[in-house]
Parts: sequence; C-alpha cells; structure tokens
Amino acid sequence: MKIAVPSQGNSLDSMMDTRFARAKYFIIYDTDKETFEVIDNEQNAAAGGGVGVKVGQDLANMGVNIAIAPHFGPNAEQVLKTANITMKSLSNITVKEAVDAVRQ
Amino acid sequence: MKIAIASGKGGTGKTTISTNLAYLLKENNYRVLLADCDVEEPNDDIFFNIEWKENIEPFILIPEVDPNKCTGCGECTKACQYHAIVNIGKKTIVFPELCHGCGLCTYACPEDAIREVKRPIGKISNGYTAENIRFFKGLLNIGETVTTSLITNLLKYIDENEKNYDFYLYDSPPGTSCPVIETTKNADYILLVTEPTPFGLNDLKMAVEMIRKLGKDFGVFVNKSTIGNDDLWNYCKAENIEILGQLPNSREIATSYSNGGLILKDFPAYRKEFLKIYSKIKV
Repeated sequence: MKIAVPSQGNSLDSMMDTRFARAKYFIIYDTDKETFEVIDNEQNAAAGGGVGVKVGQDLANMGVNIAIAPHFGPNAEQVLKTANITMKSLSNITVKEAVDAVRQ
Repeated sequence: MKIAIASGKGGTGKTTISTNLAYLLKENNYRVLLADCDVEEPNDDIFFNIEWKENIEPFILIPEVDPNKCTGCGECTKACQYHAIVNIGKKTIVFPELCHGCGLCTYACPEDAIREVKRPIGKISNGYTAENIRFFKGLLNIGETVTTSLITNLLKYIDENEKNYDFYLYDSPPGTSCPVIETTKNADYILLVTEPTPFGLNDLKMAVEMIRKLGKDFGVFVNKSTIGNDDLWNYCKAENIEILGQLPNSREIATSYSNGGLILKDFPAYRKEFLKIYSKIKV
C-alpha cells in the first residue's frame, strides 16, 4: 500500500505541510517494502491554477492508495475520489506519525 | 479609430479619462462608441444616463466527454495546459472553471469523443447614453477567472456588429497581463494614464514596455499631477514619451467623480487638458 503525505521537509521526521497540492515536498511511503520516496513539489507549489487536479492525477499515476492532508481542495478531492484514493484529514504531526496513523 | 485607455497601476484615472473623452468627442459631433472592458469591475456606466438594450451572453466553449467513445488514452489531458480535463484510468473528467476554452483537447482527441458546449461566463450590457454615445459594458460572473475570454467576446461582438463609429474607446483593466493585452492589441492608439508617484512610474514603465512590444503608438496622461515627485516627468522626457494632458490632485474633482459627475460638465476650466488628446487622435 502507498501512502502520500505532503511534507515541509524531505525526511520521515519532517512536519506535514499545511497544504496539500502546494506542499513543499511529497513523501510516498510504501508499507509493503517499508521504503519511501521523496518528491520535490516546488514546481507545483509555485504554479498558477489547477494544481490540485495535477497533483491528484500524479498521485493516481504513482499508484497511491491513501492521501493524507489537513484539507483537500474541491478539485483535488474530485480527482482523488475518481481515482479511488482514500483521503484522510490529519495535521500538525510528522510524516512518520501520519503514516503510522493510517497504516493498519 | 480605436483608442484603448490603459494604465500599469490601478486607480490612476482610466475611467475619468475614458468617460470624459467619450463625452468630448460626442460633443464635437463624432460617432462614438465607449466599451468598458474592465470586466472585473466596470464602472463607466455610473457617469452616464444609459438606455439599456437587450443583454448579450458571452460564453466560452468547454469540452464534454462522451464516456461511450472515450478510451481513456489521456491525449486530452496531455494537451491541456490548465489541468482542466483529467484522465484517470478509463474515466475522463472536466473541470469547467479551470477551462480557458482553447479547444485543444477536442482537437487532440483521436476518438472524436469530445464535443464543445457553451458555458456562460458573464454579461455584456449595451445601450445608448443620453448624449447618444453607443455604450458597452462587460461584466464577468463572480468567481470566474476567464477575464480575457469575456473581453474577447465583447470586442468581437463590437467588431462584427458596430461598424459605423468614428471612435471606439476601450476602457482597459489595469496592469500588463493578458486582459490588458487583449484590450489593447487591436487599438490604433493607446492612452496610458498614470500619476507622478513611485508606484505610478514603476507600473507605467511596465506598461510602456508592453506597448512597445505590441508596436503601438501611445501617449501619457498624467492624473493627480500635483502629487509625488519629478521622476515621472524626467522619465517621459528621457524616453521621448508624449504627455497629452494633466489633471491636478483636486478635492473638487474627486467629489464630483464620487457623485458620478463628468469633469467636462462640472469644471469647464479643465477642458483644455483634454483638447490635446483630442487634437492628437482626431486626425
């Protein structure tokens, strides 16, 4: 199972970012292999409109099963729902804590 | 002749100049059309008594996907710069409010699964002022971002249907972005309104740069000319930019404006400041 967490930094101890599609980084945690991948999201963070749609689609293409964020915008929500990605609302914790909260 | 009234900085006096210039030209028996292209906040109509005609519905064409024909190939998604059409597996979904109506997805679809449908984006009001100035006003719906598309609709309608005028005045939105370029790109002359403040000068420079790229003839009108410093005047001199008139920063003008008054009606003494524009454009 793959879990996507928006992050302020590039490690599991980094705090979750307060925003979803415009987060600084994304950490994609694979619970089967217990590995994670760091995605630099700077380009999306600075982009114009439609970022929620784009990030939602990117996560779908990566085969993400669960997305965690403090809040999902309406466009991102629609894409994630269509892609059958489960949305969990969490905030003010580290990436590791977020992953642990949803992995069981 | 088409004249666009623009400015880098907002609040410099585009509306003041546009409405008074329209009035002056009409007074001189020209056939005048004034179009308020500041579609996010149009207000030229406040300064006239207008007999309104039937509204025109501006729209953009957005994609509608036939799920029976769509194979989920994703060509539409790749074509769209605005992330307005998204392919997830076999499903393709459209985000109407992100769509700029360019039609590229329809063109890119190899299955002919996309047809274009109209989406209303605002309102174009039109009528005649009491002075018989032909008047147009574009108004974008609240929350819409397709400002430029509405201006395109407005100017296209005028080009196709309103051919018998000596002067077409386009009151532009402020700034130097797409809506301003759309308003100014087909004008024969651009009147830039500014004020002699650091902010006014900074944004005037950007506007001048934009207009020079468009290759247009232009001049500057200095509003609130009694405030700020000399930098604006020095800049115009150094750049060989013609100054076509000025109005002082005056409480009585501001009061009249706030009551929907025209300077040419309320303060005949300032008429001469508009005559230089007039003599510049009437040829």
